[in-house]
Amino acid sequence: MPARPSAPRRLPAVLRTPVGLAGTGLLTLLLTVAVLAPVLWGDAAEAIDTAAMLQGSSADHWAGTDNLGRDLMLRTLVATRLSLVLALAATALAVAVGLLLGTASLLLGARAGRLVTAGVNIAVAFPGLLLALFFAVVFGVGQVGSVLAIGLAGAPAFARLCQTLVAGVASRDYVAAARLAGVGRLRILLRHVLPNVGGPLVVNATIGAGGALLSFAGLSFLGLGVQAPAYDWGRLMQDGLNRIYLDPLAALVPGLAVVVAGLAFNLTGEAVARGFSIDTADGLGGVSLLAGGAVRTRRGRARRDRAAGAAASRTAPGAVAPDPTVADDGASGAGPGGASGAGPDGASGAVLDVADLVVTVPTPGGPVRPVRGVTFRVGRGEAVGVVGESGSGKTLTALAVARLLEAPTTVTARTLRFQGADLLATDLTAAQRTLLDTLLGTELAMVFQDPMSSFNPVRRMGTQLAEGARHHLRLGRRAARERAVDRLRAVRIPDPDRRAGQYPHEFSGGMRQRAMIGLGLMGSPALIVADEPTTALDVTVQRQVLDLLAEVRAQDAVALLLISHDVSVVADVCDRVLVMYAGRVVEDLPAAHLATGARHPYTRALVSAVPHLATDLDRPLTVIPGRPVDPADVPAGCPFAPRCPLADARCRTEDPELVDGVACWHPGERRPAEPAVVVA
Amino acid sequence: MSELRFDDVTVRYGSGRRATTAVDGVRLVVPPGQVVGLVGESGSGKSTLARAAVGLVPVHSGRVLLDGEPVARRRRGPSPVQMVFQDPASSLDPRMTVGESIAEAVPHRTGGGAAALRAEVARLLTLVHLDPDRAGAYPGQLSGGQRQRVAIARALAARPRLVVADEITSALDVSIQGAVLNLVRELQRDLGLTVLFISHNLAVVRYVATQVAVLHHGRVVEQGTTAQVLGEPRHDYTRSLLAAVPAPLTSTEPVSTEPVSTEPASTRSTT
Ligand SMILES: Nc1ncnc2c1ncn2[C@@H]1O[C@H](COP(=O)(O)OP(=O)(O)OP(=O)(O)O)[C@@H](O)[C@H]1O
Ligand code: SF4
Ligand SMILES: [Mg+2]
Repeated sequence: MPARPSAPRRLPAVLRTPVGLAGTGLLTLLLTVAVLAPVLWGDAAEAIDTAAMLQGSSADHWAGTDNLGRDLMLRTLVATRLSLVLALAATALAVAVGLLLGTASLLLGARAGRLVTAGVNIAVAFPGLLLALFFAVVFGVGQVGSVLAIGLAGAPAFARLCQTLVAGVASRDYVAAARLAGVGRLRILLRHVLPNVGGPLVVNATIGAGGALLSFAGLSFLGLGVQAPAYDWGRLMQDGLNRIYLDPLAALVPGLAVVVAGLAFNLTGEAVARGFSIDTADGLGGVSLLAGGAVRTRRGRARRDRAAGAAASRTAPGAVAPDPTVADDGASGAGPGGASGAGPDGASGAVLDVADLVVTVPTPGGPVRPVRGVTFRVGRGEAVGVVGESGSGKTLTALAVARLLEAPTTVTARTLRFQGADLLATDLTAAQRTLLDTLLGTELAMVFQDPMSSFNPVRRMGTQLAEGARHHLRLGRRAARERAVDRLRAVRIPDPDRRAGQYPHEFSGGMRQRAMIGLGLMGSPALIVADEPTTALDVTVQRQVLDLLAEVRAQDAVALLLISHDVSVVADVCDRVLVMYAGRVVEDLPAAHLATGARHPYTRALVSAVPHLATDLDRPLTVIPGRPVDPADVPAGCPFAPRCPLADARCRTEDPELVDGVACWHPGERRPAEPAVVVA
Repeated sequence: MSELRFDDVTVRYGSGRRATTAVDGVRLVVPPGQVVGLVGESGSGKSTLARAAVGLVPVHSGRVLLDGEPVARRRRGPSPVQMVFQDPASSLDPRMTVGESIAEAVPHRTGGGAAALRAEVARLLTLVHLDPDRAGAYPGQLSGGQRQRVAIARALAARPRLVVADEITSALDVSIQGAVLNLVRELQRDLGLTVLFISHNLAVVRYVATQVAVLHHGRVVEQGTTAQVLGEPRHDYTRSLLAAVPAPLTSTEPVSTEPVSTEPASTRSTT
């Protein structure tokens, strides 16, 4: 994993974006003018010239002169300082009051916090400008009055932002831990909470300063703000307005200054905000960034997409046989070496045939390959398990097989065939594509770890199950619903008729998972791909779901690709197990051999690292030293070498291929003295 | 060494008609120097009980006693009951170094200034089998297992009389969960640490705990020694929990001692 880049080092990188560059460039210019202009031209801008009153644009006075003959260009430049100072003062006030209100619940405890929150909620409901005008009247006209007015009017929005951000951080475990360690509330706020909400606050304050600037221009323009002889941009605009038809520049030049300054603040804020979002994303570490962030999938949407695509299908209900023409036409993916995936072989019984599957994900640091050449087959009715630690590429392999990965993620393979049809074919006619979609839609079922995200929360379960069947199987509304209820019954949902009318949140976790399997059974699946289907469930419910999967398989000879990080779950359900490490299959073995017949050092370590109900209590558990491979930084040679007790010089230079079911230079060998415990 | 006693503890969330009882009249004793495992399905109230033990949620009725005294949170100094949390991603402040996080929990009265504090942090890191040089690392640079060990070090820094561990291995990969479990056993054995160890994984609890309590719908339905509860369960719910556990890979001997036979010349079976 790359070392954590410090914020100061990342900030300039942010400013290298066009938006950031424009923003900071303008802001620097603005600040320079604010500092220098009053020094350089302060006197000249005050110089009264009765000979040149109310002139238009000329070579001497680019923006013309005012009613005392003072140069408007110079006055606009000199007014920069006052305009900025006032805007920043008001913003500082807004942030300070906002912070006080926003952190009240943390400092004063829950009860007082609730009162403050309620107050802030009411204040936020008023339009900002209305509040500003109200306060301006209360505090009276003039600079101090309008700073107070605009600052206080902006405070509720900041308070709300602080409350949200603070609540997010305060609920984290490290704050609870600090509390238990006896750290006081104020110190928790200063040490743990503020640094972690500082980023978004700074961004919003920057953008807020732009807003304050506009508000000031507004107040001065209305005559409530800066009073003569002092002048800011709003004041200059007001003076210029009287003769806007005669001499537009007098009002437009200060107006332009307001716009430029507002832009400077907003662009800078935007750019910094983007920088912070990068920050939070990579705080999770390279692996999770890949799994969650950069990889875009279609998941829940996929079914609807396919359903829509298949609406024009001419296939008869239930009779969606794999069409040989689909396979023959799509030659793009299968190279000459793909003999194992050729037509006749596909017909002989492999439901799924994958060779050299590679998934590439673009990241800010260049393309990364979390799946680096995976080869396996799933026979008809066979249950194949995939195990490996997080980040080893299990989920991406499943998503690639189900064609659920979207650009910019790319999938390539020597062979990728489902039911004999080439899934990588690109040059298909519309009808063939439809046929392929229908094939995937009816014969390949996906079950995900979190079924909540796979169902639409605002639609009834029965409707969601029926939807696909209506399109793919061309069933009528009644028939589709009946089948949905029947399938819910098949997956042991009690009272399926009533349950079909309920929404996803009314189902328990285990029931949703069973409904998800039921959804897969709406067609007549040849393969169920289940990605950690029981990880979110507890043991008793897990058992029910696993039993259900086994039952479905037994009845219809459905093949199963079961992904899990838990070796015991996979061993319990599957015939054969693929062990994945660093984006490759490192061992492919019968599940029955897992316990004593594993030959790859990683498989063995994985098996003995998991305690089970017969684990010897007198020995420490096996520990795999080191840490999983970061897909962005795969070591040369065998990727397991840094953690492997058998590694030698060859292992560190040459990457072993999967031969005879194992990818290792020393398959089945043991170290002379097996390690008792390895301390990582 | 101290004894933690839940004396008829009830915890409720919400108020009025919408109140739910998460923990319902729990009586449970964690004897000094022992690891007591608390098992139960999700939503059974395990985390709620843990948080009640350290005072992070208020108890509705009943008392949580440490050596006979209420564990009400004291105004100054570290709590005598420390907790290690489930999610290694959120249990450490991402903007503080590992050393700073641990140092924060070291009681101020220890004295001795910065050098002594550094030495104490190094001692704690060594105790959890981390290189003391990692004190300058940020949580983002550590694996989940390493972060959990830092969290354990932080809990130990406060010199607790008891540690509550809430699902501390659930979010970890199997390859690293073993290291954390070994550590818990070692700390109990070498330091005589008293631990309330919460997990939904029976095999994990069996490995670390000397006693087990089974929580079901907020009530303790069975408790006893680990061998008793898992070997001869008396309550139906315990039996159903046990029946649900996937069968062990090996039924008799541990795998790692067996020299491997070269028997499976497993060609890639395709069907
Ligand atoms: N802050 C809360 N407000 C309201 N109800 C809550 C809150 N926290 C938990 N609950 C409820 O209390 C019950 C017990 O929750 P708890 O978190 O203790 O369960 P658990 O056994 O730890 O579950 P898991 O294994 O999923 O973590 C559940 O019904 C839960 O929905
Ligand atoms: S190839 Fe070498 S390093 Fe890799 S697993 Fe085999 S023995 Fe270990
Ligand atoms: Mg919990």
